[in-house]
Amino acid sequence: MVLSRTIGSDSDDSVHSTFASRYVRTCLPRFRLAENSIPKEAAYQIINDELMLDGNPRLNLASFVTTWMEPECDKLMLAAINKNYVDMDEYPVTTELQNRCVNIIAHLFNAPLGESETAVGVGTVGSSEAIMLAGLAFKRKWQNKMKALGKPWDKPNIVTGANVQVCWEKFARYFEVELKEVKLSEGYYVMDPEKAVEMVDENTICVAAILGSTLNGEFEDVKRLNDLLVDKNAQTGWDTPIHVDAASGGFIAPFIYPELEWDFRLPLVKSINVSGHKYGLVYAGIGWVIWRNKEDLPDELIFHINYLGADQPTFTLNFSKGSSQIIAQYYQLIRLGFEGYKNIMENCRDNALVLKEGLEKTGRFNIVSKDTGVPLVAFSLKDHSQHNEFEISDMLRRFGWIVPAYTMPPNAQHITVLRVVIREDFSRTLADRLVSDIVKVLQELDTLPAKVTAKIEISEEKGIEYKTELEVQRKYTDAWKRFVANKRKINGVC
Amino acid sequence: MVISSTTADYDQNLHSTFASRYVRASLPRFKMPDQPIPKEAAYQIINDELMLDGNPRLNLASFVTTWMEPECDKLIMSSINKNYVDMDEYPVTTELQNRCVNMIARLFHAPIGEGDTAVGVGTVGSSEAIMLAGLAFKRKWQEKRKSQGKTYHNPNIVTGSNVQVCWEKFARYFEVDLKMVNLTEGCYVMDPVKAVEMVDENTICVAAILGSTMTGELEDVKLLNDLLMKKNKETGWNTPIHVDAASGGFVAPFLYPDLEWDFRLPLVKSINVSGHKYGLVYAGVGWVVWRAKEDLPEELVFHINYLGSDQPTFTLNFSKGSSQIIAQYYQFIRLGFEGYKDIMKNCNENAMVLKEGLEKTGRFDIISKDIGVPLLAFSLKDSSRYTVFHISESLRRFGWVVPAYTMPPNVQHISVLRVVIREDFSHSLADRLIADIVRVVNEMEAAHSTDNTRHANSTGNTRNKHDGEASEHSKREMHLGISKYWRRLVHGNKTSSVC
Repeated sequence: MVLSRTIGSDSDDSVHSTFASRYVRTCLPRFRLAENSIPKEAAYQIINDELMLDGNPRLNLASFVTTWMEPECDKLMLAAINKNYVDMDEYPVTTELQNRCVNIIAHLFNAPLGESETAVGVGTVGSSEAIMLAGLAFKRKWQNKMKALGKPWDKPNIVTGANVQVCWEKFARYFEVELKEVKLSEGYYVMDPEKAVEMVDENTICVAAILGSTLNGEFEDVKRLNDLLVDKNAQTGWDTPIHVDAASGGFIAPFIYPELEWDFRLPLVKSINVSGHKYGLVYAGIGWVIWRNKEDLPDELIFHINYLGADQPTFTLNFSKGSSQIIAQYYQLIRLGFEGYKNIMENCRDNALVLKEGLEKTGRFNIVSKDTGVPLVAFSLKDHSQHNEFEISDMLRRFGWIVPAYTMPPNAQHITVLRVVIREDFSRTLADRLVSDIVKVLQELDTLPAKVTAKIEISEEKGIEYKTELEVQRKYTDAWKRFVANKRKINGVC
Repeated sequence: MVISSTTADYDQNLHSTFASRYVRASLPRFKMPDQPIPKEAAYQIINDELMLDGNPRLNLASFVTTWMEPECDKLIMSSINKNYVDMDEYPVTTELQNRCVNMIARLFHAPIGEGDTAVGVGTVGSSEAIMLAGLAFKRKWQEKRKSQGKTYHNPNIVTGSNVQVCWEKFARYFEVDLKMVNLTEGCYVMDPVKAVEMVDENTICVAAILGSTMTGELEDVKLLNDLLMKKNKETGWNTPIHVDAASGGFVAPFLYPDLEWDFRLPLVKSINVSGHKYGLVYAGVGWVVWRAKEDLPEELVFHINYLGSDQPTFTLNFSKGSSQIIAQYYQFIRLGFEGYKDIMKNCNENAMVLKEGLEKTGRFDIISKDIGVPLLAFSLKDSSRYTVFHISESLRRFGWVVPAYTMPPNVQHISVLRVVIREDFSHSLADRLIADIVRVVNEMEAAHSTDNTRHANSTGNTRNKHDGEASEHSKREMHLGISKYWRRLVHGNKTSSVC
């Protein structure tokens, strides 16, 4: 007699819906590769569900980086996701698109090119890579110059403001260049051109100006820096050049401040970097660096890849990378055109003003950012006695908003600001909502006792010796300040 | 009287894209256009131009992954707007990166305890990974020399001339000397004996390659380790090893688990691997892991203090997309050890199929070994009448992209064709490729044998030839001359490092 038996309960796995299967019952090893495979639906679901606990990118008001693109562009990006950008021979059109973008951006920055001359520049993974490449070019040029003059060339330095993004510090540390920082002062949160030019010595490989300071969006006065430096160069003969870190400002100034002279119109500006993924309106992962002309990029840094027939010079740190963002950048440039970008930037600026007015109306804030600059609003509390900006930042998270609070760099560390970046996808309605949520937070905070004074009361009850209220306040504020002193590295969050 | 007039260009939205004026105007290539255009037009124009790019899946030159499951594509698209560096805003994504680093470190037998966290980071590719590892070695070596009161201005790295171009980049950009061990005929990887000979007190590390770009061979890291240990004992220099496992790192642990090449060897201090090669993720992710905290100098690490947690970071790039990191984690949990092993076994078998097919033609020498990264590198037995470059060019007609390269010094006289077997190169594609190669070779043979017979006839007829008509003999000369030109053109060709 044959006994028939049913198969055990772990029948064909594909029958089970994901949440009915055993895959959601086991905890996946976190630090070790699991022995067995799991179905793709389960893998997808598990990861998707964990990621639900990440913040919502579009409510992240800390970041300059684009968080929304048109669906047509998403389609193009997904179609190009398996193209390795560096295979120039296999993907000539993608390479061509990169070259077109470089030329378009060079012309946008008024690079002194003839009609049919091709621009010198490259697409990178972001402004960090772009800045490292530009810095490398300056370092190598300066070294060659010093060698030719028979002078020592082992102590290069860069002059910049203390408001620089962390990637300049990285460049300095990794490529062994000294960073000479011009300190900020209260009320003046960018690099002072006069102090900068004073700091220039014969070992200075370049002066780096920022168009769109991370903390308050201000544009540095590059023209003034240029004029002062031209004078100094005439006296010293050192020929110190300028680099403009236009990571945020590069795609804003040409559209809404076209008369502002900050780019290659100034003779000492030799290279400019801009983030495609900030106001270039592309997702994270693309930046651009443009040189004035061929002489500004030492040939020895360039690697030549000789594909049959065509010589493709390349100068990047990264090699293999995806092509999607380059294609997306080109899409934006032709989709929007000059007028499209201008409209978007004007909208951003108008929404920033709406937010600013809403904040001013509460009567509780000082606006630290200027009207001219990158569309963002940086503001601090007028009265720090009861509460501070970090508390406001925390409470706004409950509503879903991510609004960061930072202390300014030296020598203005006692100033703390909240910063809201207005991106393309931050509409007027969202601005109104944010204002009303901030007002709600303020009201709530007003009802709460100050954290500081509460602690004083407790210590009184416990009979602990207390210092004066002011001293205790200072003690706690100092603790907070120290706690986030290193937080200034976040100021590098683009 | 009001005269109404119709607008000449009535509502643009009525026109289908190919009926509209947008496909009639040539877009400015070097200047930003003044006006915007509808998104459908923008999409169509770009999509159509891109049709002329090669098909990524038929690109047999590249190690980089060209296919992933649709579920993973979904995850990639939904995270495309997450800026990876915002660790505070996207803590889960950051956590996924950390898990990947730990999984890879344990895969490479890093000497860490069960609950310890590994030291490593996700990068944009092996280039960045190698630069970070090299920087760590350079800084450690400099510190050591400074403490000994010796000069620290002339660091060098010892490696084989079969290295990928990113080592040359590292050397040039970070001002380190590159001391290359030249290849010899029959030995297309770095010879450990010669390498150890070249080590001097300024050597910051010796770089071995697991999965040479040219031939897929796995260098003998164990022998290198043993020889270097001996030398270190004599000299006291303590020279470490870095393993560039860009391709091999996700092959060896699954196919050759007994091969000792990783942290099991005491001198190996850091390893890099490309997630986008046999890690089976699209282009844009690499990993570097260090043996222990001591191997990564603290001063290179930037600390980002988010309220509560200290996040140390050591990368060259800052903002970048999160998609590839998430995709890597997807592959790890989706496939597990057994899944990766099955895929690598399949690749190996398909490589064998291709190899047998090529051997059967009787016209090729197989340069690559059976043990190694699944690829086939082969050269022509007889290059006198046509070369591998001709074959490469002809295969393009069928859609295949099979690159031809000259080997690096000192074997530049050898040219090879190379086919990389990726996950998505199935047996049927292998059969098709063989059939097409056979066809191409037969065509070449036919073209040149008719030349020969005509040549034999023409010697009898030379007296009848007019001056204007080129004789078959001079045609052959021209042919050889062209081949020589091609070979010279790609000599020292860095495409050999196209991953």
